[in-house]
Amino acid sequence: MIVLRLALQSLANRWLTALLTVLAIAVSVVLLLGVEKVRIGARQSFADTISGTDLIIGARSGSLQLLLYSVFRIGNATNNITWASYQDIGSSPDIAWTVPLSLGDSHRGFRVLGTTPDFFVRYKYRQTHGLQFGVGQAFSDLFDAVIGADVADALHYKVGQSIIVAHGAGAVSFVEHDDKPFRVVGILAKTGTPVDRTVFVSLEAIEAIHVDWQSGARIPGQSVSAEDARKMDLRPKAITAALIGLKSKLASFRVQRAINEYRQEPLSAILPGAALQELWGLVGTAETALSAVSAMVVVTALLGMVTMILTTLNERRREMAILRSVGARPRTILGLLTAEAVVLILAGACLGVVLLYAGLLVLQPFIDRAYGLHLAIDPPGGREVLLLGSVVLAGIVAGLLPAVRAYRLSLADGMTVRV
Amino acid sequence: MFPNKAPAALADIVRMTDVRFAWPGRGAFTMAIEDFRLRTGERVLLIGPSGSGKSTFLSLLCGIVSPQAGRIDVLGTDIGALSGPARDHFRAEHFGIIFQMFNLLPYGSVLDNVILPLAFADSRRRRAGAGQSAALLLLQRLGLGPEFAGRSSTKLSVGQQQRVAAARALIGSPELIVADEPTSALDRDRQMAFLDVLFTQVREAGATLIMVSHDQSLAPRFDRVVPLAEIAREMVA
Repeated sequence: MIVLRLALQSLANRWLTALLTVLAIAVSVVLLLGVEKVRIGARQSFADTISGTDLIIGARSGSLQLLLYSVFRIGNATNNITWASYQDIGSSPDIAWTVPLSLGDSHRGFRVLGTTPDFFVRYKYRQTHGLQFGVGQAFSDLFDAVIGADVADALHYKVGQSIIVAHGAGAVSFVEHDDKPFRVVGILAKTGTPVDRTVFVSLEAIEAIHVDWQSGARIPGQSVSAEDARKMDLRPKAITAALIGLKSKLASFRVQRAINEYRQEPLSAILPGAALQELWGLVGTAETALSAVSAMVVVTALLGMVTMILTTLNERRREMAILRSVGARPRTILGLLTAEAVVLILAGACLGVVLLYAGLLVLQPFIDRAYGLHLAIDPPGGREVLLLGSVVLAGIVAGLLPAVRAYRLSLADGMTVRV
Repeated sequence: MFPNKAPAALADIVRMTDVRFAWPGRGAFTMAIEDFRLRTGERVLLIGPSGSGKSTFLSLLCGIVSPQAGRIDVLGTDIGALSGPARDHFRAEHFGIIFQMFNLLPYGSVLDNVILPLAFADSRRRRAGAGQSAALLLLQRLGLGPEFAGRSSTKLSVGQQQRVAAARALIGSPELIVADEPTSALDRDRQMAFLDVLFTQVREAGATLIMVSHDQSLAPRFDRVVPLAEIAREMVA
């Protein structure tokens, strides 16, 4: 129909402002849907921080605290598990494997984790991904260390680098185990998990650097050299936590209860998945803030569109008078202006979706590598379609504002063309 | 020649009686028209200085607004009694309107501008047959060759724009051509040339022409000259 064609031509006549409006809407749609993608990706990455581990045990504490220090290396344990209890639990018939974790020291702000080489085999993330060595291999000598990808990046460490572990977990420490330096033998590939920010040494090494220490300080006048330490009994007396794999997942709750009711020592066992979800519930408020901000950007873009249409309205009163004179109803004018808004908003939404997926295709590998954040490239899900639909709907409602004004103007102007 | 034309027996194509009108929300200004008639085929010049209510008169005549009292019969239809959409449709079918200037949609081609009314008027579209060739023929007769058809209307001179507007008013042969100061933006020579082609085409179409102007010098070319002040009284109630 010629009227619709003329409406499109009218828009084409103002192509620059129309294009900028469409771009503004498109960018806001990219932001809105992009935030949604990142939100889903972040939640998924977060939930995938640790997989394959059925239970985490530690000294009696809240599940969040245990999760935070054992997996995220945030905060400290209130107490340890004795080696005897750990051995005892590990020998239970339901348990397939255990990996001990010993925390408490750090290297230039990065936590040092004492464990066994099993850790590199048993620790899984993103469902099935195992740890890969970027360079080198697991520790074998007492004073070998393996470092995460972020540690290597931040400190520019390569294999062969000599490092000194500091006592305590602070970024700056004045008490260092400088008499027993470690040598980096392996650097792990990037995972996007706290593993990247961890320095790994053997459990025995943790014992070794503390043989001449007591209550967090060196015993005065007593010093054991690194070589002497090798000859000592380095079997650990206690560990901080342990990862546990079960023979059957069905036993999870039974084993968890058994550990929680362990008689010899007050212990806690948590299901990592459940605890991760609980933790996301806490940090997840940030996602609401993000969504709110992107919603505001959409509102801004729609306001821009309304402003653009409204400012052209005055110069288009002549156009409307001409249309009225050839027999167009005021309702036709209303329809034309609404159609203009619909065209703008649909073009903006479509362009936004195209830009989003183009951006995802280009940036996804980079984001995965740099932030360990895996953004899935899949067709828009229910929530995204809903978001997109709300944007279009809001745009149409916003577009009614100038349309109604044009309707009233064309009624009031009649055939008089006011310029 | 125009079998679909409204009843030929009707002597008065327009008849206004006892019309009272006030713009809503514009104070106490009112217009009163006791009796105004326009005979079929007549060419009438309505003279009035600017601000004398010409626009109000034309809005009433074309059914853009409805009077609060009285009748406005056009082609035997009391357009004041029609609903808004019906009046818009009636206008599309029976009126060709030419404004003082800026008659054309700036983004449309000359051809698009000419055939625009056909989108709103079924009987005019039927009468025009193939809209494009009818438009080209009209443009040709108004002195605009086919090379103008595809041009953007903004590329035309004011005189050419007025001719395109005339072609738009004439296409599909509406019964009544209403022109609101169509020549005031033209110089003297072009005024005369424009009126020449307009009169010829109006006569060929068998249409009635009512033109509003403040310019007394155009009077000799018309069948009848009516000062607006004689037929319409403005009142401050």
